[in-house]
Amino acid sequence: MRLALLELLRRPGRFAVAGGALTLLVVLLLLLGGLLDGLYFGSTGALRAQDGDVVVYSASSRESFLRSRIDPDLRATVDEVDGVAATGGLGLALLGAERDGEDDGDTIDVAVIGYELAPRGVPDPPPPGTGWADRRLADDGVEQGDVLLVGPADAPVEVAGFVDDTSYLLQGALWVEPGTWRAIQTSARPDAAVTEGVFQALVVQADPEADLDARALAAAIDEATDGVTKSLTKAEAVLSLPGTRQQNSVFSALIWVAVFVVALVSALFFALVTLERTTLYATLKALGAPSSRLVFGVVVQAALVALGAVVLGGLLTMALGQVIPDTIPVQFEPSRVATSTALVVLASTVGGLLSLRRIIRIDPATAIS
Amino acid sequence: MPALVMEGVRKTYRSGDDEVVALDRADLEVGDDEMVTLLGPSGSGKTTLLSIAGGLLSPTEGRVVVGDQEISNLQPRQLTAFRQREVGFVFQSVNLVPFLTARENLTVVGELAGRPRRDILERADRLLEELGLAGRARNLAGQLSGGERQRVAIGRALMNEPKLVLVDEPTSALDTKLGEAVMELLREEITGRGVAAVVVTHDTRITSYSDRTVEIVDGRLRA
Repeated sequence: MRLALLELLRRPGRFAVAGGALTLLVVLLLLLGGLLDGLYFGSTGALRAQDGDVVVYSASSRESFLRSRIDPDLRATVDEVDGVAATGGLGLALLGAERDGEDDGDTIDVAVIGYELAPRGVPDPPPPGTGWADRRLADDGVEQGDVLLVGPADAPVEVAGFVDDTSYLLQGALWVEPGTWRAIQTSARPDAAVTEGVFQALVVQADPEADLDARALAAAIDEATDGVTKSLTKAEAVLSLPGTRQQNSVFSALIWVAVFVVALVSALFFALVTLERTTLYATLKALGAPSSRLVFGVVVQAALVALGAVVLGGLLTMALGQVIPDTIPVQFEPSRVATSTALVVLASTVGGLLSLRRIIRIDPATAIS
Repeated sequence: MPALVMEGVRKTYRSGDDEVVALDRADLEVGDDEMVTLLGPSGSGKTTLLSIAGGLLSPTEGRVVVGDQEISNLQPRQLTAFRQREVGFVFQSVNLVPFLTARENLTVVGELAGRPRRDILERADRLLEELGLAGRARNLAGQLSGGERQRVAIGRALMNEPKLVLVDEPTSALDTKLGEAVMELLREEITGRGVAAVVVTHDTRITSYSDRTVEIVDGRLRA
């Protein structure tokens, strides 16, 4: 291992090409991960924040808030299911809004969400005509005390305060009491009006004393309603949001391709280096170096080159993050960065290990003549 | 006790349906402080003999004993351990590790043999001193002259206090004057230490530096 470290220290230029290529791949990986997380968290915050285990839609809605309706009778049926501790109505309308008194003509995209059970990080429903705004709206210039004129009817909602990580499909949420939501929804979409007591979905809290997991509870609810409802666990509901599953699949595929390319770059580089080192390895073997020691040296170099690339790539990505426009949803999560680092080091090490057979086959006798 | 005993050593290779005999029933004994030149033209089998004596190749037939250890039937892993301690090599192209200093080129051999770090450093410094390289110990291999590299290679071969040093074509790429200087250096540094040496060459000018010359032609030894 000492030999491998000394070579890295004294001949860093030899590893510059591989290190440079891996650095660019690290930047790509971190940006892809950042985009994935930015899209995922920006799209799903409103559902992830829900303090419940199951989300109930009407069966014909295909898990769409817009199409779904839960009337008071259906809700009462759900309330009666064994294992249900509490239910809270949920309704959502995606609309444009303008700040009252601002004549700049800028429309802000908002997701007006009427709720009963307070999601995590969101206070209890505010008085009618007021709402808790997602921090994303603050990025659009909205301030506490501002009155937002929502929808085509310019329904006024005063911002009572801000909450974090509750956006929906990359739109800042405006959390209001159910009556306010119904009024806004009905004025904006008369064809999809909601009457008193009706919600689009229910958030269900499981009874901790009932020995039912969320999936079983969801199935029990649908059975009790004779299939009139379509109940999803919270995790399923998050993934069923429009585009979420597809985004995850596409970005995950791109990330794995990038990881594969890391392994490929490392494998090709160390295969070439091994070819160059044939005489050196034959000499060292003739002097008594076991093949395992030489292979370990390559693995150490592959891992350290990858680590160096992660550090450089991380710094480059941080610099890039400063110039990426706010309109691009990039979010660098520590867990994603840690996973990417581990994957790059692992892929590079595996790539380096592919020289194993070549190193083992070097005949020490070739050191002589 | 002789440093090297080879009895009836034969090495053959398959080439299609044919059998190529590289070394044919070679018998050789080298005393424990003896320097023997093995003289022969290209393809005569001298490199094969050197490789078998150094545990780089296993013989097809025959018996090879280095010091008190028979190596004829050792497995590759055992041969690796044998090479770590019992033989030293001086390669034709010197083959120093280019990114190591003169001192590290010696210590790496001690590390491979698993010797204590303190012993390794003391031994390396002593050898460099004796070889007149104390002032060049911290220079990388590429910063040394050709003669200095040869001396480092000799030091590396002696590092683990082997019973036998095997020297491959030490003068092949050198002019007469430099070739003589290298042979004088080998003679001076190897003999007198209780270490035997086998020098393989096709250069008849250097046979006078050894105690004995053995010719090899078509895989057969001729004293």
